[in-house]
Amino acid sequence: MTELLHSTAADLAGLIASGLASSREVTQAHLDRIDAVDRSVRAFLHVDGERALAAADAVDAKRAAGEPLGPLAGVPLAIKDIFCLTGAPTTAGSRILEGWHPPYNATVTQRVLDADLVVLGKTNLDEFAMGSSTENSGYFTTHNPWNLDRIPGGSGGGSAAALAAFEAPLALGTDTGGSIRQPASVTGTVGVKPTYGCTSRYGVIAMASSLDQPGPCGRTVLDTALLHQVIAGWDPMDSTSVDAPVPDVVGAARVADVRGLRLGVVKELSGEGYAPGVEQRFREALDALADQGAEIVEVSCPNFRYALGAYYLIMPSEVSSNLARFDAMRYGLRVGDDGAHSAEEVMALTRDAGFGAEVKRRIIIGTYALSSGYYDAYYGSAQKARTLIARDFENAFENVDVLVSPSTPTTAFRIGERADDPLAMYAADLCTIPSNMAGNAAGSFPCGLAPEDDLPVGFQVMAPVLADDRVYRVGAALERALADRWGGLLTDRLWAREAAAVGGAR
Amino acid sequence: MALTTTDVARLAALARIALSPDEAAKLAPQLDVILDAVAQVTEVAGDDVPPMSHALPLTNVFRADEVRPSLPAEAVLAAAPAVEDDRFRVPRILGEEQ
Repeated sequence: MTELLHSTAADLAGLIASGLASSREVTQAHLDRIDAVDRSVRAFLHVDGERALAAADAVDAKRAAGEPLGPLAGVPLAIKDIFCLTGAPTTAGSRILEGWHPPYNATVTQRVLDADLVVLGKTNLDEFAMGSSTENSGYFTTHNPWNLDRIPGGSGGGSAAALAAFEAPLALGTDTGGSIRQPASVTGTVGVKPTYGCTSRYGVIAMASSLDQPGPCGRTVLDTALLHQVIAGWDPMDSTSVDAPVPDVVGAARVADVRGLRLGVVKELSGEGYAPGVEQRFREALDALADQGAEIVEVSCPNFRYALGAYYLIMPSEVSSNLARFDAMRYGLRVGDDGAHSAEEVMALTRDAGFGAEVKRRIIIGTYALSSGYYDAYYGSAQKARTLIARDFENAFENVDVLVSPSTPTTAFRIGERADDPLAMYAADLCTIPSNMAGNAAGSFPCGLAPEDDLPVGFQVMAPVLADDRVYRVGAALERALADRWGGLLTDRLWAREAAAVGGAR
Repeated sequence: MALTTTDVARLAALARIALSPDEAAKLAPQLDVILDAVAQVTEVAGDDVPPMSHALPLTNVFRADEVRPSLPAEAVLAAAPAVEDDRFRVPRILGEEQ
């Protein structure tokens, strides 16, 4: 059974399609694994084994009946608990939505169900996806499988930890300022933020609508591309959805060829604040890609230094507006409804009780930034900075095919280390935010363990708008080059370490 | 610029969050630090730079004006905190003084 846990999603789909393993066996193996390890990793907010096995049986029955199966049919999947899924609670990590069952599926959820993926459960996240560590979850903190004292990244720390702990071969995330890529980076897994508009936001609980983007997470580049292919594409239910063909991300992941590709190293995403081990593994990854035939040049994006500041004005402004819907009237928590309090008082009491500290901070900053007299100075300036960041990308892409940087300045920090220092927490997204501001595609790929702490380092690839395939092309080339050197994936070391520990204990 | 505890309490009231005085006092210095840090963006906001609201240029989209089924009322009310006569039951809307 353990080989099924260690397999890639692509291999599992092959085993299931050929009848060498049933989806039920594969699903049961993952449910058993969750039972065994999730009390220490705490990746899942909700697991529904019965539902998963019923879905697996349906795939096995389809196969037995000779019906055609999709490329990921029968493969288990973990869903970040921000995607609406009927028949299960959706909390967005917030107490204000505790026990809420959505009446409809998100488009992305519907697409994975239609593709016959088997949903194992919903994964933990920072409340409403606001955070870089899952410490802002209204329920509990997820632990990093590489070192349980460390954060798994955020907001999608549950999805990333589930992958690294071999609890699921695939997972869904959302990325507003780095919530797919930073968790991927600190857990040694793969995560891609598609071009804004290429995956539907319909049914994804909104944080900052002009930045939010669902995306795929996996342990290998090909697995991630296969999931990308399933979830991407135009959706009339999302007004910012792009009506354009999905780039051939699966083909790009298979080709894995960077010969003649020009990679621009962003000068501004290095130096002070970057851990030595992160910079070392990043440079080694560049060398590996150069060996594969890529051309490496240095690029300057001077306005990236305004990205974090602009982000922390635009995002809270949109947050304050989006989260106004949690008004205690139509769904979710209601506090103080005793006949004496007015609707407005009930609203305010509920929002104080149901929202955590970080959500309140952001709503209040947003309220301030949008208030009369400050709008131009804050929100208006931030939108101008956004233009300048997008121009930096445009200028850079005139000379290079992709931009690259570390995915996050440090490896996984200790749980609690930045909990009382919002600015230090925000810095975790320094490298990822520019691509949310400009809307282009970007992904994080494992590139080794930092020598100083033996924790994973991520390599970020940023491609132009609608050139998502280039992210995979470079990621896959890097994965192949490093696998040749290491004899496997980075997560294989975690698997081997655990196997050795179990062997040693016997 | 310094955000006072009073400012934070006022903003929280605008955002319909019943912050306790302790919470407001704790948040004020944190928000001040954050606003200080983000204020640097005002440096680059020249008159010649157009604001950007979305990553990709958007055009308005229209769909056919056709009747389609909506969510069934019972599915929607099932999630409500309080229901009465097939409707959302809400606390009184008007204040005592009104």
